[in-house]
Amino acid sequence: MDLPIGEGISAAVDFMLEHFQGAFDFFAAILKFLTGGLTDLLGWLPAWVVIVVLAGLALWRVNWKFALFVVAALGVVLGMQLWEQTMETLALVLAAAIVALGLGLPLGVAMAKSDLVAAVLRPVLDFMQTLPAFVYLIPAAMFFGLGQVPGAIATVIFSMPPSVRLMNLGIRHVDVENVEAGRAFGCNPFQLLFKVELPLAMPSIMAGINQTIMLGLSMVVIASMIGAGGLGNTVLTGIQRLDVGLGFEGGLGVVVLAIILDRLTQSFGQAGRKDSPLGRLKKLFGGEGSERTPT
Amino acid sequence: MDAKLSVRNVYKIFGPHPKRALEMVRQGLGKDEIFEKTGMTVGVSDASFDIREGEIFVVMGLSGSGKSTMVRMLNRLIDVTAGSVLLDGRDITSMSRKELIEVRRREISMVFQSFALMPHQTVLQNTAFGLDVAGVPRAEREARALEALDAVGLKPNADSYPDELSGGMKQRVGLARALAVNPGVLLMDEAFSALDPLIRTEMQDELLRLQSEHARTVVFITHDLDEAMRVGDRIAIMQAGEVVQVGTPEDIVRNPANEYVRSFFRGVDVSQVFSAGDVARRDQVTIIERPGVSVRAALSRLEEHDRSLAVVHDKRRRFEGVVTSDSLLSCLRGLARDDDGRIEQAFVKDIEPARADAPLADVMSLAAESPWPVPVVDDEGRYVGTISKAALLQTLNRSDQGEE
Repeated sequence: MDLPIGEGISAAVDFMLEHFQGAFDFFAAILKFLTGGLTDLLGWLPAWVVIVVLAGLALWRVNWKFALFVVAALGVVLGMQLWEQTMETLALVLAAAIVALGLGLPLGVAMAKSDLVAAVLRPVLDFMQTLPAFVYLIPAAMFFGLGQVPGAIATVIFSMPPSVRLMNLGIRHVDVENVEAGRAFGCNPFQLLFKVELPLAMPSIMAGINQTIMLGLSMVVIASMIGAGGLGNTVLTGIQRLDVGLGFEGGLGVVVLAIILDRLTQSFGQAGRKDSPLGRLKKLFGGEGSERTPT
Repeated sequence: MDAKLSVRNVYKIFGPHPKRALEMVRQGLGKDEIFEKTGMTVGVSDASFDIREGEIFVVMGLSGSGKSTMVRMLNRLIDVTAGSVLLDGRDITSMSRKELIEVRRREISMVFQSFALMPHQTVLQNTAFGLDVAGVPRAEREARALEALDAVGLKPNADSYPDELSGGMKQRVGLARALAVNPGVLLMDEAFSALDPLIRTEMQDELLRLQSEHARTVVFITHDLDEAMRVGDRIAIMQAGEVVQVGTPEDIVRNPANEYVRSFFRGVDVSQVFSAGDVARRDQVTIIERPGVSVRAALSRLEEHDRSLAVVHDKRRRFEGVVTSDSLLSCLRGLARDDDGRIEQAFVKDIEPARADAPLADVMSLAAESPWPVPVVDDEGRYVGTISKAALLQTLNRSDQGEE
């Protein structure tokens, strides 16, 4: 027996291509704006500015050892002549993450609030996550052609599920009594979400964001097959030429990005409460200030 | 008139078709039967009681008795299946969502068993939570929150985070958060149950102290009898979703409505529940009102009543002393023939009256050492009654009767 599933999907894609081109173009325009803007920005910034900013973030969020690592690792990337590609990849990951989170987090909230939505979304998410990543490349290329935009779109689809899932899970696992307390003190549904549920679900939400960014990074490399560019291109070239060295260099660049993004996003998930930028600054200068004040 | 909260024939059924089960409950089917037939759970069944303004009303029962469901229906965290809950005469069960939110913001607040503080907020922000939600401007809500924190003695910890506090302190914050909105009704759901015993007693005292400063209507849920006895002005006992008895602690100990209620009091230290005034009786001894009574006349009164002891008080019932036939006789022997004697001369020495509000436990040693019943007086020195050894033993024995 030969089930014509493949044919059906092809027909569906053709149909969508014919009738929804406008919607796809709109979506593509947003992604193009984001990826293009970010690529331009990161490409325009001198390398040292980027390094200083990332090292500063590392110092603020993690510790000085990690800041040192950031400087050294990005120095290596610079030394490998892969700076441009690395920034392209970073831009693509960030753009895809922004869109994925922009779609995924509200979907997660909807899923937590409605069992019906959850029941519908769960298999879709399973599907999105387990379908081999390469499969997204074909329709993405068909809808949007080759280049950064289809790469970003394939990345969005592949990396979105964890943020949806973990948002849903985070909200559902907020302590019942905390939610009851919120309601008992007269929260409306909006206040309940923003004053109780989201803050208490924050560790889970941040884990979802971290996962989305990391998955995005892995997908961006694959997306180079449809011309997304960046470090993936370097790796791909290495494979095509059987150039182990080049492939390794590209891979190393990805690893460096992965470590930096992972540690930074993780740090926002842990006890974000006291470490608001302002609070940190106050603490930093508070100690000095109090010494100066005569008692 | 003075019912702050009125619960009228309230039912709660958990399950997909509550109306069907409700029908069955009303037909008199039991909780287990209904569960077997429909798979639905009867949480609360035909509960009715009034909670008076300014009292601490305790709802007590074992877990699964429906007490937590009951308290949540008072502020409609859980909707009733049937019946009504009246707050100052307004039916909470039929309010619109908007009205309900207003009531929760201004009139009813709640304290939770596991504190339910927001870990990302400081103690001050937590305390101001209800006011924040109600849209009170920041300066005002922080001032009011500080006031509430001051009332529970946590003002110095305003900038701490909940995870820096001990359990008792956390619940003080929970209490302050509930008090900050200045509610007419305070719901406390097993509020002290998660605390260790010493802290729990401390918090009970704290609640009683706050209550003495400003009497609020408090609905206090607990499974702990000692706690119920300690804080409750009145107690409602719930069993399998039904309110089986409502009354003062003494009422309930004296006349338990059924075996279930009685079983609660088995092993209860009755000497802590009752005060001296509860046990004191007036019919055991002869009363002598002093002016003009001579030793001789007193003795003849005692013989007339065939009693060996008399309590002497003045016209305004102020306690004067105790005389016995022995003390009267020995006093008479020392008197001249024509002297009838004054009764003060015959007072038995070393009889100290007990205060009516003293716990029975304190009176027990007095009663045990004295050969005579212990007289009891109220806080103005007026005679209330006496406690005999027999009455004392009978009271202490009461808690064991259920086992026979």
